Amino acid sequence: MKQTTPQADFLRGVWRENPVLVQMLGLCPALAVTNTVANSIAMGVATFFVLTGSSLLVSTFKRFVPHEVRISTYILVIATFVTIADMGLEAIVPTVHKALGAFVALIVVNCMILGRQEAFASKNPVGRSLLDAFGSGIGFMIAMLMMGSVREILGNGTFLGMSVFGSSFEPWVIFALPPGGFLTLGFLLLTLSWVQRKRALKAAIREWPEGVAQRRTA
Amino acid sequence: MTPPAPPTERPNVAPGRLLATLAGAGAVAGLLIVFVFGWTQPTIQAYKARMLQEAVYEVLEAPDHYDTLYAYAGALHDSPPPGVGPRDKGLEIVYHGYRTDGTSIGYAIPAGEPGFQDVIRLIFGYDPETGTILGMKVLESKETPGLGDKIEKDQDFVSQFQGAGSPLKGMKARDVTGTDPHEVAMITGATISSRAVIRIINNALERLQPAFQSSVAERSP
Repeated sequence: MKQTTPQADFLRGVWRENPVLVQMLGLCPALAVTNTVANSIAMGVATFFVLTGSSLLVSTFKRFVPHEVRISTYILVIATFVTIADMGLEAIVPTVHKALGAFVALIVVNCMILGRQEAFASKNPVGRSLLDAFGSGIGFMIAMLMMGSVREILGNGTFLGMSVFGSSFEPWVIFALPPGGFLTLGFLLLTLSWVQRKRALKAAIREWPEGVAQRRTA
Repeated sequence: MTPPAPPTERPNVAPGRLLATLAGAGAVAGLLIVFVFGWTQPTIQAYKARMLQEAVYEVLEAPDHYDTLYAYAGALHDSPPPGVGPRDKGLEIVYHGYRTDGTSIGYAIPAGEPGFQDVIRLIFGYDPETGTILGMKVLESKETPGLGDKIEKDQDFVSQFQGAGSPLKGMKARDVTGTDPHEVAMITGATISSRAVIRIINNALERLQPAFQSSVAERSP
């Protein structure tokens, strides 16, 4: 892995390699619990906590874990943090815990977390692993928030429980339902890739004529 | 992302070391969880107890005080009947609420049965003398957010239980005549969850009816 600056470690997960929007990891919670903004935030925070804690532990003890049992050890570490997050949420914010239901426990199978352990935390120093976890965790939260905002505004006519359109708005119930999750994610990815293509085109035009010629031949 | 490095020959690790690593990690994980459990459990239990108490006050329309009673084998007892453990299936706890002047309001009855996703636990108030439901409140449910969870969030649905006659009859919203006190309009899009709530209440009342009857008979000789 090539050497990168701390900013790059952090920013990579936030945007360029956003776990949900670019790497397509952790889609299960991104589809399942993003029907309201409050749930999205709580899920994002819980995942952030689990990811950071796991990365810290995995990175600290990476020298003592034999290659053969590394995955089982990661799962064990992740499961421990998920259990802690589950009990912590229930004690601190019981209403949110109730709303998330089984999905807190399902953070354990969020492949985005295991992916960061295997791809980064197990090979890099503690500080960089933490930065990477912060970045990916925040990136996950941003994606959850985007999904949650669209789905709550369209599916319920509210944002964080506050009415957006007034009483005459007829909510598109489908956006609060599972199909709405898929639709939202699809349109979100479509928009993002459209923006990215436009950007690439602009960059190419700036480098005229070499850039455009290169794109033609490519 | 750079492509993964080609696999290098690794020295074989002794099975004992693998075992020790996993056992060590497991032990640490277990200890951590026990510690956090001990730390959070009192808060969680206290919260649940407070929620239950608030729910009893709500479904019995603010009683002056209430007694905790134990229903077992068709009779109500002030304390758990001898030889019956707290986990005995036939044992149910009900709360008997009184007005300031000491007259009975009715019973708050916690009950639970499977809904659409998982067990729905709710509490409802019931006055055996008039056979009416006093109110209903969902304590725990994992019903679909936005649809099934309307059984607790939709005030139009919840308020129907106040003053409804037992046994309840679940009706589609457009079939409700509005004259029959047994009718409860089910939520469109949450039929299974609505029906589960109605079934939970009806079943609980059917189970507890003998106990209430014997208790009413005792009080008015």
